[in-house]
Amino acid sequence: MPNDVALKSAAPPREIAHSVSPGLWTLAWRRLKTDSVAMVSLAIVTAFILLMIVSSLGLVAKDWAKEVGVNYAPPSWITLGAADAPTPAPVPSDASEPAPTGPTPGSAFNSTVVDPLADVIAELKGGRKPDTGAGAEENKVVDPLADVMKDIRSDQAGAKAAPVADERRATLPFGGDKWGRDIIAKTIKGSETSIFVGLAAALVAVFIGTVLGAFAGYYGRWVDDVLNWFYSVFSSIPYLLLILAVAAVLQQKGTFTIVLILGLTGWSGVFRLIRAEYLKHKGREYVMAADALGASHSRKMFLHIFPNVSHVVLVQLSILTVGFIKAEVILSFLGFGVPVDVVSWGSMLNEAQNELILGKWWQLVAATIAMATLVTAFSLFTDALRDALDPKLKGRTGH
Amino acid sequence: MDAADIALDPLVRVRDLRVTFRLDKHTSFEAVKGISFDIPKNSTIALVGESGSGKSVTALAILGLLPPENTIIDPTSQVLFGGRNIVGMSAAELRALRGAEISMIFQEPMTSLNPVFTVGFQLEEVLRLHMGLRGDAARKRSIALLAEVGIPEPERSVDKFPSQMSGGQQQRVMIAMAIACEPKLLIADEPTTALDVTIQKQILDLIAALQKKHQMSVLFITHDLAVVGEIADRVVVMRHGEIREQGTAKQVFENPRDTYTKALLKCRPQIDRRPARLPIIDDFMTGDGEGPQDIPDRARGLNAGDKVVLEVKNLGKSFFSREGIFGKREFKAVKDVSFTLAKGKTLGLVGESGSGKTTVGLTLMRLHEATTGEALFEGRDILAMSPKEFMQYKRRIQIIFQNPYASLNPRFIVGQILTEPMQIHGIGASTQERTELAFELLHKVGLPEVSFYKYPHEFSGGQRQRIAIARCLTLKPDILICDESVSALDVSVQAQVLNLLQDLQAEYALSYIFISHDLAVVKYISDQVMVMNEGEIVEIANSDEIYRNPREPYTKRLLASIPKGWHPGQVRA
Repeated sequence: MPNDVALKSAAPPREIAHSVSPGLWTLAWRRLKTDSVAMVSLAIVTAFILLMIVSSLGLVAKDWAKEVGVNYAPPSWITLGAADAPTPAPVPSDASEPAPTGPTPGSAFNSTVVDPLADVIAELKGGRKPDTGAGAEENKVVDPLADVMKDIRSDQAGAKAAPVADERRATLPFGGDKWGRDIIAKTIKGSETSIFVGLAAALVAVFIGTVLGAFAGYYGRWVDDVLNWFYSVFSSIPYLLLILAVAAVLQQKGTFTIVLILGLTGWSGVFRLIRAEYLKHKGREYVMAADALGASHSRKMFLHIFPNVSHVVLVQLSILTVGFIKAEVILSFLGFGVPVDVVSWGSMLNEAQNELILGKWWQLVAATIAMATLVTAFSLFTDALRDALDPKLKGRTGH
Repeated sequence: MDAADIALDPLVRVRDLRVTFRLDKHTSFEAVKGISFDIPKNSTIALVGESGSGKSVTALAILGLLPPENTIIDPTSQVLFGGRNIVGMSAAELRALRGAEISMIFQEPMTSLNPVFTVGFQLEEVLRLHMGLRGDAARKRSIALLAEVGIPEPERSVDKFPSQMSGGQQQRVMIAMAIACEPKLLIADEPTTALDVTIQKQILDLIAALQKKHQMSVLFITHDLAVVGEIADRVVVMRHGEIREQGTAKQVFENPRDTYTKALLKCRPQIDRRPARLPIIDDFMTGDGEGPQDIPDRARGLNAGDKVVLEVKNLGKSFFSREGIFGKREFKAVKDVSFTLAKGKTLGLVGESGSGKTTVGLTLMRLHEATTGEALFEGRDILAMSPKEFMQYKRRIQIIFQNPYASLNPRFIVGQILTEPMQIHGIGASTQERTELAFELLHKVGLPEVSFYKYPHEFSGGQRQRIAIARCLTLKPDILICDESVSALDVSVQAQVLNLLQDLQAEYALSYIFISHDLAVVKYISDQVMVMNEGEIVEIANSDEIYRNPREPYTKRLLASIPKGWHPGQVRA
C-alpha cells in the first residue's frame, strides 16, 4: 500500500466525499444486466406483474365477466373457410327462440339459426364432412348436445324472461368463451389470480421456511431436533393428501385459501436449505467475531447471517413462485382451486377440456400461452439470478 | 552444476510468456507480462513471489492447464519442453504430456485427493493411464512408491482412505502420485504451506531426495524465501507478473541486485534479530533502494515488576463425540493449562495443528465454554460469570481471527462494521460521535477515511486485517487475542501488520496473546513464549531464552524445523 504514509499525514476532513460503493446486490445487478436472456425474462416477468397490479386496481379487464360476444365467438383473425360460417349479426342475449329439438338433420335450418349450439353443430359438421360426409354422422354429433342445450335454455328462460337487446359481436380479438366473454380480458383476469396466488403463497412458504430454518440451524440441539421431527412428519404425508386435508380444515373455497394451502405445505424445501445455510454460517468467523463483540442472538441471526443467506431466499422465492403458479393451475383444474366466480388459468384450462371436444381451442391456447410465457421467463430469470448472485457457481465457463 | 552447463540444454525454455485474463467483455488483466526463464535438467528452480505475482499462472501455463475460455496466451509466447512448444498444443497432446513427463503437486493435499477412493486405487489409476500397468503389477508398484515417499507400513496403507491419513502423509501420497511415472519435471505449487513446520521440513527433505534420486527437475513455487534457500539451485523472483531477478540461489541470497528481492529478504522476521520496526517493501522501493539501515533492536521479555492482567489456572476443555448409542467419547483439546499475561506484553502461543492453541484463545473469549479451570481478570473469574455479567468484560478481551476474508461480514460497509460494536456496548453517545470515533480508528490503522463507506470485498487481505484490528479497538480492549492473525498474509503485508500491532501495543498498553504456528513471527513479537503440544504446555519462558536454550526435547525439535533460509557456505550437489 504505497499511499498509506501519505494518507496518514492528511488531516481528517469531517465531511468525506465518497462515491457510493457497490454492495453485493449492486454487483449482482451489474452482472445480471450483462445477461441478455435475464433482462428479456425480467422484462416479461415485470410486464406480467404490472398487468396483475393494473388488473387488480380495476384499470383493465374490469368487466371481463360481461358477455360481449356470441357464445364461443371465434377469434376475429380466423377466416372460417366453411360455407356455414355464422353470419355476424346482433343477437338477443337469451336463447329463448325455438331451437332445434332433438335430432334435426336439416342443415339449412342450422345455418340460419344463431344459437350457441348451432355454432357447435356447424363447426363439427364442417370438421367431419371431409372425413365421412354421412348424414348418420351428424346425428351422432347432435344427440349428446341436445340435453345441455335444454338445460341452458330452461335456466336462462327462468332467470330472465324479457330479452335484453344486447349488441353481441360475432367475433372477438381472441375469441370468446361459453358465455361469450372476451378471452383476452378473461386471461388477464386469470393472470391476476394466478400470479397473485403464486407470489403470495411463495412469500408465505418462504417466510415460514426461513424463520423455522433459521431457528433450527442457528440454535441447533433440541430446537433443531424438534423442528426436524416436525419437518419429517410433514414431508412424510403425500403432498396432494396434505393439500386436501388443509382444504378440508379451512372449509371454504377462495383465493386466500389457496394461498394458505400452498404456503402451509410448500415451506419444507426452504426450511431445509435455510437450515443448512445457517448451520454453515453459524461457524463462520464473522459470526464468531460478532459473538466476540457481544452481539445478541437475534442480532447475529437476522442482522449478520440473514443478509448473507438472503440470496438463497430470493432464489427460493422465485423458484417457489413458478412452482405455485403451476400448483394453482393443477388445483383449479382438479376443482380444488379458486371458486366458480373467480377466474384463473387453472379454471380456464378446466373449462377448456370440455370446449376442446367442441373444437373451441382458443381459451386453452390463451391460458397456455400466458402461463408458459410467464413460467418460462420466470425460470430463466431465476437461473440468471442465481448465477449473478453466486458467480462462482457458474464456474469458469465464459460465453 | 555450473552456469555454463545449465545454459546448454535446458529442459524447459520459457520465452516471452504473456498471459491475459478476460474479466468480462471489456476488461482484461495481464497476469504474466512477457517473462523468460529456463528450467535446466536435474535441478531445482524456485519461483518466488507474493500473491498476485503470477507465479502460479506461470506454472499452470507450463502444464497447459489454464482455462481456455477466459485466458489469452500471447501467440508469440513460447514454452518449449524438450523442443516442443506447449503453447498451442492440442488437448490430447497435453494430456499425454501431463502425468507422464510433467506432473504437479498442489498446496492442499486434503482437497487434491479424492476422499471416496483408497490411496492405492488412486495411485493405480495413474499407473494404468500412463504406464499401462494393471492388477498385481500396479499394486506392487503402488506399494513401492508409498515406501519410497516414506509412508509407514505401505502394504497396509495402500488400502487406506485419504481421511485415515494425516496431512503430511496425504502430501506424501500426492508426491508418490506425481513421481509415479518418472516425470522429467515436477511442479510443486506451495506444497508445504498448509503443513506444520516439522512436517514441512520432512516434505522438503523428501522432495530434495527424490529430485536427486530420479534426476528430475523441480519447479518449486512458494511465497517463502526461507523455504527456498534450503532446496533451490536457482531462484526466480516475480512481482506483478514480471521477473524482478533471477540467478543462482547463492547470488540471489548473498548479493541481491533487485530492490524488491532485498526487501523480501529483509521484511520477514529473522530468528536472530528483533528490529524495533520491521522494514516494509515501500521502504526499499522509494529512496536509494537500500532500505532503512541500523534499526535499533527492541527488547522483549518479562520484567519482575510487570502487572498481571490475566491469570489462567488449570484451564481444560474437552469435546465430546457420540460413540455407540449412549456412549460419549471425550477428547481433551486443552489439558490443565496455567499461565499469566502481563500488562502491555505479548504472550506467544506456538504449537502444531491440533495442539490446542486456538482452543485456549476461544475458551478465554468464552466462544467455547471451558470444561475446567478459571481465568482471573481483575481478580474475578470470567469463565464462571453469568453471560449477562460477562457482557461488561467481553469488550475488554477481543480477538482477531486468522482469515480477514472470513471474519468481516461481507454485507456490511466498513462504517457499519466499526460502529456496530460501539452501539452494542453503548460506547459513544450518538451516531455522530461513533462515526467520528470510527474515522479516528481508521486513521489509526492507516486506512483512508473513505474506507468507511466501502465494503470489505474492496480491500486487500492486509487492509482487511487492519479493519478487523480497528473493529477490536472500538471497544478499547485490555487484551487482544491474535489467532494466526498474520499467517494468511503476504510477507510484506505481514510486516506492516506486525508493525501496526506493536505501535498499538505501545500506545494503548495492550496485552496480546499471539497464537501462531510461525516460530519466527512469534519470536519477533513475543515477550514470553508458551509451547503447546497435544493440549498441554510443554515449556513456557521468555522468548529470547526459549529460542536460545530450549529445555524440552519437543521444543528443540520444533526449533530445528524452522527453515533456515540461505546460509553462507551451504553446499548443494
